[in-house]
Amino acid sequence: MIAEIGLAALWLAAALAVLQMVGGVLALRGGTESEIAGLTRPAAILQGGLVAVSFAMLLWVFAITDLSVKLVAMNSHTLKPLIFKLSGAWGNHEGSMLLWVTVMALAGALIAGIERRLPERTMQATLAAQGFVALGFYAFLLLSSNPFERLSQPAVEGLGLNPLLQDIGLALHPPTLYFGYVGLSVAFSFAVGALVTRQVTPDFARAMRPWILGAWVFLTLGITAGSYWAYYELGWGGYWFWDPVENASLMPWLAATALLHSASVLASRDALRVWTIMLGVVAFSMSMLGTFLVRSGILTSVHAFAVDPERGTFILFLLALYIGGALLLFALRAGSITEGERFSLASREAALVVNNVMLSAILAVVLLGTLYPLLTEAFDVRVSVGPPYFNPVGAVFLFPMLVVMAVGPLLRWRQDNWGRISKEIALVAALLLAALILCAVLFGAALLPLLGLSFAVALAVASLLPLRGRSLRRVPVATWGMVIAHFGLAVALFGMASESAFSKERLAALEEGGTTTVGPWAVQLDAVEPIAGPNWTALAGQLNIAYKGEEPIQIAPQSRNFWAPPQQTTESVLVTRWNGQLYAVMGSDSTDGRWQVRLWWKPFVTFIWYGGILVALGGLLALIGRVRGDLRRRTIRRKLALRRMDEEAIA
Amino acid sequence: MRMLALLLAAMLAAPSAAQDAMPPAPFAYRQLDDPEQEAAAQELMETLRCLKCQSQSIADSDASMAGDMRHQVRIRIAAGEDPDEIRQWLMSRYGDYVSYEPVMSTTTWPLFAIPVLLVLIAGLLFRRRFTRRP
Repeated sequence: MIAEIGLAALWLAAALAVLQMVGGVLALRGGTESEIAGLTRPAAILQGGLVAVSFAMLLWVFAITDLSVKLVAMNSHTLKPLIFKLSGAWGNHEGSMLLWVTVMALAGALIAGIERRLPERTMQATLAAQGFVALGFYAFLLLSSNPFERLSQPAVEGLGLNPLLQDIGLALHPPTLYFGYVGLSVAFSFAVGALVTRQVTPDFARAMRPWILGAWVFLTLGITAGSYWAYYELGWGGYWFWDPVENASLMPWLAATALLHSASVLASRDALRVWTIMLGVVAFSMSMLGTFLVRSGILTSVHAFAVDPERGTFILFLLALYIGGALLLFALRAGSITEGERFSLASREAALVVNNVMLSAILAVVLLGTLYPLLTEAFDVRVSVGPPYFNPVGAVFLFPMLVVMAVGPLLRWRQDNWGRISKEIALVAALLLAALILCAVLFGAALLPLLGLSFAVALAVASLLPLRGRSLRRVPVATWGMVIAHFGLAVALFGMASESAFSKERLAALEEGGTTTVGPWAVQLDAVEPIAGPNWTALAGQLNIAYKGEEPIQIAPQSRNFWAPPQQTTESVLVTRWNGQLYAVMGSDSTDGRWQVRLWWKPFVTFIWYGGILVALGGLLALIGRVRGDLRRRTIRRKLALRRMDEEAIA
Repeated sequence: MRMLALLLAAMLAAPSAAQDAMPPAPFAYRQLDDPEQEAAAQELMETLRCLKCQSQSIADSDASMAGDMRHQVRIRIAAGEDPDEIRQWLMSRYGDYVSYEPVMSTTTWPLFAIPVLLVLIAGLLFRRRFTRRP
């Protein structure tokens, strides 16, 4: 019964999405005062409630492990801890798509409920677009991925007890990215709404901005967490592989970053109207593309996709429909939207334009490198595109962008002259050169890490310069957000460059009592002990490690063997110091009684993720600052309206 | 007699045990003694694809095939072979797919042409934006 309630709620929500869409469209034609226009907002709000009910029902059937539901039988097990039963609800295709529409419908309900700044026509168009997008996902769920499907014979026991997937990080990582994707879908709906009614105004940018910021924060966190997970789980110390799945989350992030800056310009200066709309469309396209890449199975093999193409084709159809439709609308309307306010070369807008173009170029490179191998594979030509391609080609666009990023925030809006900030520019340039020469002389690393290190130093200082000469307590929260996010990027860049320039690797075969070194660490293998877990056995190497004459520490990395399914994993141990991490992995034994031990000393590698967290924190502060500002403006507007009414009454 | 039976059993068991636990090739998990050669090997390994994995180089993988390839790379570097020759040899065995190193060819030229085009487009955009005066 529970599953049926969930399914019924989902169908009703889909019907309401139709109403929302039709209501919005009719409102555009018949005027916003018509009766049907009055239904659009309530439809969106009710829809949010219904989908929430549906998702709650899914959580419920997972919580009680109702094995007559196919999805539960396939992905859960009575013996799982409750937290993993619940997270199992979205740890699979159908459930994750339901989570997607749930978040999307709740977001739709929220804008229908509280967004009153925009002209009503634009809001109606936005909600219609939102309904249209949601409808595609409802169709996808209901027609090809029904999460509530029953089995004719209830299963005796569920299949999903894979211990490797019972990981809290794995439970939280996908929803984080989905929140990001959905936030961009809202931005997309706003863009379409503004395009339809030709109301590309600063108010539109302000309405859209919190959603972009929120999406951006979630994407940043998702990418950072995913990267750290790969780093500790895969056991070889790599943190980014330019894998298509990783790129699927990076591409929306790049687009969202560009959109964020462009929307800022539109909100404060009424410039870059066309750019903002374009980027809104691109950002959502990248989210859809990401979903398609991950969900369709095309990545395992183009040919596997061709054998069972139902879901993939469905998403591809949705992708073509929304993106094609939006681009068509854009092509039809872009001509009638003026570019907005002009600005000179020495202005903050100009710096942001450069930043946007560079981000878009990096996005294009990542997109090309991700899709090109899939394209050639369809013609039976296998091409490998990996780090040796992405790193240098991306760098061509990245480093010029960093230069502009260092200087841009110091410039004034509209028109400035370079002379005013010549001291700051000289300082940053001098730092950059000094760091470059110093690193080259001292370490003689390869070009890219060298550039990375010196740019990181210069950018870290430059990102703090906007605070100079200001009373720190009066700096707006949103400005703090920008400063911290830019600083965070410098920190992350420093971590990446340092990892690639200074990492030390030691692969050693040690007998018990044997010693080796890695970087500043002295390592001794004291003993190797067998350990038995609930469903695995392991060999744990008792390592005694000491950093440059400090007190030794005991660590015990394991090499684990799971029985069902049989699988070997490494449980690496990370020893974190302020200046880096020791990464220790226990390999299997060699034949001659010696044990394989893999050790890395990675100076400042943790800065990569600290940087990511700082960037997200910056985004969060900006979000708080903007929302507070919006609320304050709303209160002022309400008070003004009240006073005006009073005055009229007195008159 | 019992000894013989045991011995026989051991002989019979050995191959089947060897099937799932063949010891990795010596240089799969062992570095070369000469740090310069090891660095050259490492650099090469990072640009060779692990054919059994998803988007990992042979330098980041526990797959046995990656281990064998690491062994091959190390012993060939130690024997004084040029990294490019080793790459060519692997490519002739496993196809171009094994190399991450971007090489311009009839099948890969768009990977290089498009970024160049992007630079041109970016330049053009800036020119248009900043030379026209209102």
